[in-house]
Amino acid sequence: MEDTLLHIVHDKLKSQFGEDIISAEQAYDFPVYTVSKKKIIEIISFLYNEEELGFQFLTTMCGLQFPENKGGEFCIMYQLHNMPKNWRIRLKVYTPANDMEYPTLTGIFSTANWMEREAFDFYGFIFKGHPNLIRILNMEDMTYHPMRKEYPLEDGTREDKNDTMFGR
Amino acid sequence: MNEIKTAQTAVAEKDYTTLNLGPTHPATHGIFQNIVKMDGEIIVDAVPTIGYIHRAFEKIAERRPYYQITPLTDRLNYCSSPINNMGWHMTVEKLAGIEVPKRVQYLRVVIMELARIADHIVCNSVIGVDTGALSGFLYVFQQREHIYEIYEEICGARLTTNVGRIGGLERDFSPKCIDKIEKFLENFPAVIKEFESLLMRNRIFMDRTIGVGAITAERALNYGFTGPNLRATGVDYDVRVMNPYSGYQDFDFVVPVGTSGDTYDRFMVRQQEMWESLSIIRQAMDKIIQMPEKVFHADVPEFYLPPKEEVYNNMEALIYHFKIVMGEVEIPKGEVYHSVEGGNGELGFYLVSDGGRTPYRLHFRRPCFIYYQAYTEMIKGAMLSDAILTLSSLNVIAGELDA
Amino acid sequence: MSEIIKPNFNIAEVPAGHDGPGFFATSMDKAVGLARKNSIWPLPFATSCCGIEFMAMMGSHYDFARFGSERLSFSPRQADLLMVMGTIAKKMAPVLKQVYEQMAEPRWVLSMGACASSGGIFDTYSVLQGIDRIIPVDVYVPGCPPRPEQVIDGILKIQDLIGNESLRRRNSPEYKDMLATYGIQVD
Repeated sequence: MEDTLLHIVHDKLKSQFGEDIISAEQAYDFPVYTVSKKKIIEIISFLYNEEELGFQFLTTMCGLQFPENKGGEFCIMYQLHNMPKNWRIRLKVYTPANDMEYPTLTGIFSTANWMEREAFDFYGFIFKGHPNLIRILNMEDMTYHPMRKEYPLEDGTREDKNDTMFGR
Repeated sequence: MNEIKTAQTAVAEKDYTTLNLGPTHPATHGIFQNIVKMDGEIIVDAVPTIGYIHRAFEKIAERRPYYQITPLTDRLNYCSSPINNMGWHMTVEKLAGIEVPKRVQYLRVVIMELARIADHIVCNSVIGVDTGALSGFLYVFQQREHIYEIYEEICGARLTTNVGRIGGLERDFSPKCIDKIEKFLENFPAVIKEFESLLMRNRIFMDRTIGVGAITAERALNYGFTGPNLRATGVDYDVRVMNPYSGYQDFDFVVPVGTSGDTYDRFMVRQQEMWESLSIIRQAMDKIIQMPEKVFHADVPEFYLPPKEEVYNNMEALIYHFKIVMGEVEIPKGEVYHSVEGGNGELGFYLVSDGGRTPYRLHFRRPCFIYYQAYTEMIKGAMLSDAILTLSSLNVIAGELDA
Repeated sequence: MSEIIKPNFNIAEVPAGHDGPGFFATSMDKAVGLARKNSIWPLPFATSCCGIEFMAMMGSHYDFARFGSERLSFSPRQADLLMVMGTIAKKMAPVLKQVYEQMAEPRWVLSMGACASSGGIFDTYSVLQGIDRIIPVDVYVPGCPPRPEQVIDGILKIQDLIGNESLRRRNSPEYKDMLATYGIQVD
């Protein structure tokens, strides 16, 4: 059944957006589509409004980072849900490190507001058109985006931990 | 009347009162800050600030082997930590393709439903406290202690349980534990009935809660509500029914829904869910008794720690023990999402694995974080005291909110 | 006459002193300490998991009120004991310090749980590595979270401290110097 869901959504997206649907695959019980960034809002609103698809619930979204993947170092994952039919899909949108701008999803889903702020806080994604894009979890005066792979986890002010004991 | 209202709305900006609620305000049950703009006692606007207990779970998870992430999930929604533990274990099991025996699934269901009851007890009794009824709180907390005693029998801890392992539970239910569960099932209905008779048809309680902090089903869905708060608006979305996990499809239970999505409906939905949880535990216990004993984990030596005597006397067990403790277990590459019905809604784990000893990325879908953003919309135009009640009925848990 | 019936509850012990027919003399320190230690008004600064264990401790089962702390003071101005329960993030640190500064002398601090005492398992960029970096702490209660019995034991330790404290301690230059190391002004 999940295979067919992969194909149903893929066929519809492909006929509507053609080249902007880069790839489609099945990851466990989720169909995953990689789509291009410039059409992401159109794609999601198409998925929202199309009669048969009706993906009207944004389950979650989050940022990802793949430093090895040149030309697509950063990624945003959107997870959509059609509740009456219990269809769930995942969209992935890659972007190079020098272009962190995304269009905002707050026009379609109110819940995207804080999720986008979180992604901004953690990775530094810029969501164009977001009503209030400021840090949400960390302090306002933080100068970096802590979830990026190059930054350390640890606090750095502790003297009771040293390299030999804690493998820093 | 109308004239007065227009006169009030015509008041210039400077006549509003700005009030700082939190982050340590006693009535907010956790640390969130709301700067509210008040017109008399009516809330005109609110600016929420969160992050006062941001502990960087997602970053820590990228640095820890899989089995060491269980204690982190404890501290997400600490009112019902076993559900989080099980959710995480099931996520890893899904990724690694581990099948757990039916008996283990049912044992997990028992633990998870006990946790759901404990979670709802806290939320509903605190709604009572916020309406001025402390006695209900003192009364049901006695029962919550019984649930904690059962946890202690199962895993030794009370609140942050760290219960279970990847592939099953660390030990079987002891006879004493089964006795305690039976005793709880026997005693709890009377207590919950009395608690209901204290509040449910209480005129003061009804006046304080009916119509307070209401949200429509459309707005709730748009805001990503799940769990009891969504069901109170009339949408019967429950992960246990929609995408059954851990053998929930084998149980008979009803998904209670409300109609108006106000504080009273949220209270009622939670109250009803406790009854349903009780019936699920009853069914599960009946099923467990009929099953062969001593099956409490799947046969997955590369994930499940061998017993200590084996480690000392058996080469293979020693190797597996070493591999698991050092986090050298091979795990497939891929990305997986698994969700469970937590105390507050759909608790999801989005796990990206690159085959290494730690997750490459782990994102928690935290229901509190997602629905708390609707709070501003829900309290606009309400009284200040109703805003407090709305907050407690949403059951916002700071640990889950800020992760 | 029958024997004097002993009540089945405990009464605080009489401090050491001199007594004789019709009089009892003790030092001011001891009398004040006795009164203070059995009527602590705690300010629960609950942030996370430990706060839930605190609720259990306040609840009917463990009944913290037995130890003279029936009334929680949510206003720092009237509180004697600051109970810090749960992780203090760096964003929260200035708030905690302000609450401490708002409390009137004499004031005591109990740090409940691993997070408040040392940062616990959260050695991360966003968590304060122990509240003793910003405020002085009297009693640490280990555990993640500690059992209610442990916290009650911590409170009893605080009571011992309070009962034995000299009246002039808070005016002493040593005390002021100690506060100054935390950057807290005393006037």
